Amino acid sequence: MSAPRAATQSRWDSRLGLVITLLVVAFLIVPVIFSLLAGVTQNYFVGLKSGLTLRWIAEVWALYADTLWRTLIVALSTLAIVTLVGVPLAWILTLMRGRLARAIEELITLPVAVPGLATALALIVSWGTVGGLRASTAFIVIGHVLFTLPFMVRAAGATMQGRDLPALDQAAATLGARPIVRFLTLIVPNAAPGIVSGALTVLTLSIGEFNLTWLLHTPLTKTLPVGLADSYASMRLEIASAYTLIFLVLLMPLLIGLQWLGARGSRANTFPSAPRATSL
Amino acid sequence: MRLRGWRWFAAPAAALFTAFWLLPMVKLATLGAHEIDGRAAYMHVLTDLRYWRSLFNTVGLSLGASLLTVILAVPVGRFLARHPHFPGRRLVMGLIAFPLAFPGVVVGFLIILLGGRQGVVGQAARAVGAEPIVFAYGMAGLFLGYLYFSLPRAVGVLTAAAEGIDSSLLEAGQTLGAGPWRRFMDIELPALAPAVTAAGAMCFATSMGAFGTVFTLGTQIDVLPMTIYNEFTNYANIPVAAALSIVLGAVTWAVLYGAQAIAGRGARAGGGA
Repeated sequence: MSAPRAATQSRWDSRLGLVITLLVVAFLIVPVIFSLLAGVTQNYFVGLKSGLTLRWIAEVWALYADTLWRTLIVALSTLAIVTLVGVPLAWILTLMRGRLARAIEELITLPVAVPGLATALALIVSWGTVGGLRASTAFIVIGHVLFTLPFMVRAAGATMQGRDLPALDQAAATLGARPIVRFLTLIVPNAAPGIVSGALTVLTLSIGEFNLTWLLHTPLTKTLPVGLADSYASMRLEIASAYTLIFLVLLMPLLIGLQWLGARGSRANTFPSAPRATSL
Repeated sequence: MRLRGWRWFAAPAAALFTAFWLLPMVKLATLGAHEIDGRAAYMHVLTDLRYWRSLFNTVGLSLGASLLTVILAVPVGRFLARHPHFPGRRLVMGLIAFPLAFPGVVVGFLIILLGGRQGVVGQAARAVGAEPIVFAYGMAGLFLGYLYFSLPRAVGVLTAAAEGIDSSLLEAGQTLGAGPWRRFMDIELPALAPAVTAAGAMCFATSMGAFGTVFTLGTQIDVLPMTIYNEFTNYANIPVAAALSIVLGAVTWAVLYGAQAIAGRGARAGGGA
């Protein structure tokens, strides 16, 4: 199978491709390996011969456990709101199709396209003085909802269109089912794969979100990425690495879940679908 | 009408988006028009060389990183597409996809591990008796951070695009006597062009708005997101911060929108940005 296709790439072409591929892999993975090692090494400067330890992990836990819980609360609240708001919107856009639907999708994607700093500043100048909102975790959730909503709408909308749900819905309507009944018993179950993959994306993005959160947080509402930035700036390398390790472990189940969904839906050989952050 | 009975379904999303994004953005834009010393903040931003330098740095760095990303991602994408069955292929693709989930702060930290005071490169230089090399805490580190973030995304987009090239075209070219270089320039590159544009624009836009990475590497790096942050927190100069945010947002959005128009709808789907 592979021989005739590979024949269209000359030998030096293939070799150059392989070398560049391996260099790219090394550039991406070497720092990760060193980060993982540094998190469990007694003294990174001395190296592995100083011995392995879980001491740094324990210290991170003592210092930053609250950021971990807050991040989970923020991510789950964000997911709940985005699902409740985004899935119905995805359905409306599926029914509308056409120019207007695309324009609306474009509009709700703006909080992703525009740098997070701008969105955060806008939220602060408009809502920063309202009641106790500024000091509460809800303020961060609002930012995360804006940032993740388009991903849920797009993922849910893709399955709704792919399965031709509008036609099914029309049939159910002729049989006399009310919209809300049709939505809950026909549309949502049929769009479930898209909603689940959207949900995993929303969780990944919320757990890793920093650009908005850094401006929206207060000393009492630190999330995990905020804590990470704090540890990078002020803690020893081993603690920063151990904290990063905990963060990666937290992302693992989401990563595996999305890979699994992607593998079910597509050819085995395509580029893996992985949860991805969207801002630097 | 298909929408009958459904309209109110859009109400929660519309209310939420209007109250928490649309109206706040309008307010931010009007704040940028507030006068400082008798001139609107927008005029300050447009006439002050400091901000121009900051914008120039940001655009230059982002443009350079996007170019290098695409230059590296094209051969990797071609290689992965032309060799669908080599041992370790799944591992290679998994390793390239793994960093997709890392947010900017983590990318910054990884660059510090690579080129910081205790970095891999510095340690290696020390081991062979050379001066330790430290490059993480400035423009060079930031450039590598942009590259780190963009490469997995660009490789994903370009691998998919290279897989879409009809290999019989390349074989026909070969039969007709076209060398590898001619085949690449005349067949592959034109076919890859939309994906290259899409990937490049996505890298550029994410790099322009990058904050977490800059924040981790050093708050003295003179790029626009850092300038906005400093105006806001250190000088409480909210009109200028607002004006700069609007300018940065508009530039970033325009690049994404333009590239999307060139590359077709595929740009968005592949970029995720």
